[in-house]
Amino acid sequence: MKIHFREMASKSWLNILTFLCGSAVGFVLCSQLLSILFEEQKDIQPSILHNDPHARHSDDNEQNHLEGQMNFDADASQHKDENTDIADKLYQKVKILCWVMTGPQNLEKKAKHVKATWAQRCNKVLFMSSEENKDFPAVGLKTREGRDQLYWKTIKAFQYVHDHYLEDADWFMKADDDTYVILDNLRWLLSKYNPEEPIYFGRRFKPYVKQGYMSGGAGYVLSKEALKRFVEAFKTDKCTHSSSIEDLALGRCMEIINVEAGDSRDTTGKETFHPFVPEHHLIKGYLPRTFWYWNYNYYPPVEGPGCCSDLAVSFHYVDPTTMYELEYLVYHLRPYGYLYRYQPALPEKMLKEVSQIYKNEDTNVNQEPLKEKHK
Amino acid sequence: MLSESSLFLKGVLLGSILCVLMTMLAHIKIDYGKRTHHHERHHLQAPTKEDTLKISEDERTELSKSFRVYCIILVKPKDVRLWAAVKETWAKHCDKAEFFSSENVKVFESVNMETNDMWLMMRKAYKYAFDKYRDQYNWFFLAHPTTFAIIENLKYFLLKKNYSQPFYLGHTAKSGDLEYVSVGGGIVLSIESIKRLNSLLSIPEKCPEKGRMVREVSEDKQLAVCLKYAGVFAENAEDSKGKDVFNTKSVGIFIKEAMTNHPNQVVEGCCSDMAITFNGLTCNQMYVMMYGVYHLRAFGHVFNDVLVFLPINGSDND
Repeated sequence: MKIHFREMASKSWLNILTFLCGSAVGFVLCSQLLSILFEEQKDIQPSILHNDPHARHSDDNEQNHLEGQMNFDADASQHKDENTDIADKLYQKVKILCWVMTGPQNLEKKAKHVKATWAQRCNKVLFMSSEENKDFPAVGLKTREGRDQLYWKTIKAFQYVHDHYLEDADWFMKADDDTYVILDNLRWLLSKYNPEEPIYFGRRFKPYVKQGYMSGGAGYVLSKEALKRFVEAFKTDKCTHSSSIEDLALGRCMEIINVEAGDSRDTTGKETFHPFVPEHHLIKGYLPRTFWYWNYNYYPPVEGPGCCSDLAVSFHYVDPTTMYELEYLVYHLRPYGYLYRYQPALPEKMLKEVSQIYKNEDTNVNQEPLKEKHK
Repeated sequence: MLSESSLFLKGVLLGSILCVLMTMLAHIKIDYGKRTHHHERHHLQAPTKEDTLKISEDERTELSKSFRVYCIILVKPKDVRLWAAVKETWAKHCDKAEFFSSENVKVFESVNMETNDMWLMMRKAYKYAFDKYRDQYNWFFLAHPTTFAIIENLKYFLLKKNYSQPFYLGHTAKSGDLEYVSVGGGIVLSIESIKRLNSLLSIPEKCPEKGRMVREVSEDKQLAVCLKYAGVFAENAEDSKGKDVFNTKSVGIFIKEAMTNHPNQVVEGCCSDMAITFNGLTCNQMYVMMYGVYHLRAFGHVFNDVLVFLPINGSDND
């Protein structure tokens, strides 16, 4: 009897095991089969379920991964319709070296944001500080800091630029670490002039100097010839080294060495260099009538919409937030399809070279009648 | 041996059946999950380059003129300064803009809604707009005077959208299960949506004048509830990068947030290049935006746009 039981027990164990083995095998085989079947379906599904234009490019993934990547970027980029040929041409033709007046305490607070925004568009940019900073990087002028040192720093900075980078640029722009500069517009302005001429541009002020002088904060730009004469003037003591008012002192020197104070206004007479942020110029009554500004401006000052050129070159007293806001407004946000009222032209010599690009742009068909209106 | 192999085979059969059952169950779960996710947020994208290339040269001007946008701006006497700023700035770019005020304000032209309740004002304004302008405009944009709008970018966004479809777009938000367009970013309705809304306005069960809640429900949520009954659902408007084009904050706020959250990509991470609205602006900021959008630009950057919008006659700030 007992033997019978054991036999039966072991047999049933074997049966159970066999059964379980079978079900396991069946399960595994089946799941493999199903996963193969469903794999094909999964590939089709994403492009239908997701309301995503990028799904279109999932086919490209197999052939050329890089190409698929590029398509993605081109589709996503807001600048897909942007043609920068003219801007690129000007970059090559009108070389500008920018140097930014800053100090050790302001590298992280202010200069950093200049570096992250407009400074990249200079052909060459240098940050000038009283002491060297290899990481930022900033040039050490070996001066002290302070408002009374500004002129001395300016002289040393221009000297440094002259000694190291004279042949690397045609024009030499000075700006503060709270100035926002639109390099493309500066190039447009300067493209009409010859860097071998002794001339400089900025926001022209009238007091104290007969031909006027340029506001320091709004930034000013010297031609190569002007820079040469400026540096020479200190070697020969034609200009004084000491002054507590940087821009005035520079302006005086410019007059002495026969460097012309240029007219930086656009072809409709609107100012391009601005000593304040847009809000201060655009809002009527923002700057009180008793403010020094109204008596300083060389040309009749305008507040409200006529204050500022479409092709503004600079704004001053720009805090870090406003730096990025201006960057967004100038280089990113735009009204689609809008035909701007002001349609400025390039100078003759440049026009021939870029006329091909103009011919391809249909919007310019409307330019002629508009040009007449705004003359 | 035979019994063992048959047992084995029975096991295989059971295993396969179990497997199929489990897979089916799993798939049903996934499908259900996907469907609910899909309805969680409706996204509407701006036209892509492929779309714009399909439009022929001849169609351009005709196309640009075919978008007729009527702007409704809801104002209250306390908003007079903003009201004036809006009137002198972006509202000029609407094909027609009208101000709907809670009460008559001297010197300022407006349609008097004779109520202080924002939801009532909104209802009346939409009814007025539909009754008067249903044949003249195909898109209706509603905003508060704290909003700045770029109507050209709105028209570009609507490029491939058929106004006889029920569109309800802007910056969406969720309140429980309800997805609605925030009035702060501006609300866009196609003529079809307005038509459907108008037919519901007279049905108090569907579209009550006073919300069922004891608490005050904001007018943008009330609108969403009404529209839902008409089969019109809110959709969040985005550019081809997935960035919102209707914004409930100002550029300044976005920049400040970006400086904290991603300081190496401040402008890139900020806002869409084709942004349509920003909210929370002061009067002065409206004028700065006009200059920043319609004037200030970089020379030598040329765009090959499919639409053409001419500047307004007799305007000096754009």
